[in-house]
Amino acid sequence: MLRSIASKRLFSQSLARLDTLAFVEAAHGKVTPASLSAIVAAKAIGKPVTAIVAGPDGAEAAASVSKIEGLSNVLVAKAPQYRHYLAEEVAPLLKEVVESRGFTHVIAPASAVGKSLLPRLAALLDVQPVSDIIRVEAPDTFVRPIYAGNALATVKSSDKVILVSVRASAFPAAETNGDAVPVEEVSASAESGNRTEFVSEDLVQSERPELGSATRVVAGGRGLKNKETFDALLEPLAEKLGAAVGASRAAVDSGFCDNSLQVGQTGKIVAPELYVAVGISGAIQHLAGMKDSKTIVAINKDPEAPIFNVADIGLVADLNEAVPELTNKL
Amino acid sequence: MSSKLKILVPVKRVIDFAIKPRINKAGTGVETKGVKFSINPFCDIALEESLKIREANKGLVEKIHAVSIGPTKSQDILRTALAKGADTTTLVDVGDAEVEPLTVAKMLQKVVEREGSNLVILGKQSIDDDANQTGQILAGLLNWPQATNASKVEIKGDKISVTREVDGGADTLQADLPMIITTDLRLNEPRYASLPNIMKAKKKPLEKLKASDLGIEVVNRLETLKVEEPPARSAGVKVDSVDELVSKLKEAKAI
Repeated sequence: MLRSIASKRLFSQSLARLDTLAFVEAAHGKVTPASLSAIVAAKAIGKPVTAIVAGPDGAEAAASVSKIEGLSNVLVAKAPQYRHYLAEEVAPLLKEVVESRGFTHVIAPASAVGKSLLPRLAALLDVQPVSDIIRVEAPDTFVRPIYAGNALATVKSSDKVILVSVRASAFPAAETNGDAVPVEEVSASAESGNRTEFVSEDLVQSERPELGSATRVVAGGRGLKNKETFDALLEPLAEKLGAAVGASRAAVDSGFCDNSLQVGQTGKIVAPELYVAVGISGAIQHLAGMKDSKTIVAINKDPEAPIFNVADIGLVADLNEAVPELTNKL
Repeated sequence: MSSKLKILVPVKRVIDFAIKPRINKAGTGVETKGVKFSINPFCDIALEESLKIREANKGLVEKIHAVSIGPTKSQDILRTALAKGADTTTLVDVGDAEVEPLTVAKMLQKVVEREGSNLVILGKQSIDDDANQTGQILAGLLNWPQATNASKVEIKGDKISVTREVDGGADTLQADLPMIITTDLRLNEPRYASLPNIMKAKKKPLEKLKASDLGIEVVNRLETLKVEEPPARSAGVKVDSVDELVSKLKEAKAI
């Protein structure tokens, strides 16, 4: 009995010294909003947080990360092989950093990069990651949605290093206006053995705010009939509201807009202040991506559409008339 | 491509995508009794892609092997995979145990070794636990290249080129064998199995194993403390005109 108390005390003492490593993703030297939310989640764990930035543009991103309040320091790995965040390169680097510096937690945004990277790192560390958390209950206990957000599971990890990806829409973004903390360069000592080559990328250029972090979203579905109507009705409304444009799977599959604008279980998860769903019926998979929005508006001509079950304000009307009228009256 | 493809397609049996899951009374999971189960949609796409690769590249694919890790009933989806065109299958029967992605990946690693697979095509996530991990963990265990969220797969000489759906658009990666690909929704449109093929599938090979046959113990690292309903949204209002909509928006301080 005595011995178990003694060992418990030792254990809790050693826990108190341990740290969280937050992986920060940047695009063109700019920290992504999802990474800023992940840092807030990292701080919620309650241990000191070290951020790590990778890539040849890392210096610029690291300088801005270093000003996030509450970080203890920032690591930067500037080698060119990290440019496109290939998991084959970044995972071995993180493994080395985690093992040489004794981190107990690794946090990453649940972005395309984070989702590709974290499970590969988990394999190298032999741990079971926790995906897409929406709440930190304790340093080892997290809440995450399952079944397209139809259930919330509270899970407790028993792993020696706890890997967590963070749903950006569930946490606010960290501010970058504190005093700069030290930035330290790191590099991997071992070859990664990577055989994957980056060939090209084709990113959608848009004037609109980024969908994942926008405070307002205007989304269209099958009811918009074609790309011309989609653009003609939604763009002016989004412009007026300063909103990002999103879409249902039906709209994306029909070619109304790019895949990257899909909102739902397998697309982007958003939780803006205002979500306007136009011509979207509200399938389970779509609701999974937007039902945590603060105010939901639905415009649909079908009064039975399931979207009306989650909408705060519903208008049963022909969208071809209602949307231009709404745009004019805003 | 100098070496022939031996494709492994892991498939998972999940609650049908069209069904709204209900939490069980004990608050420990989702009610599964009397609920319709199907192949995970992303796994179906992975299987379809392997069939398409075989059809588009004559003589290149030596074998398509489907594997499922789950309860005895998972053999139903393996029969469907055989009816659609998989050559052989393995069921790793784990009973009613929940198996975490790390353990699934370790089992798949053993199956890769048994089958001599050099290309594994998986769904990007299962629609029940929404983890989006197994393919990446397997790639990490094997130290193979990984291309996640594939929307296009092309064989180019000795290389496989994969276009991926990423935040903000798409990118293209390439690697030679062996490699791991996970599929996104837009990769293809899965076919239906025809009745004659369903009949023929009954005679195709379905190997049955236990976790212990692979030398892997099912141990979970995560303990599910509870499963609960997400907070319900309070009832909304229906408005009759755009004017009313605008005034409600102002009332809600949304604009």
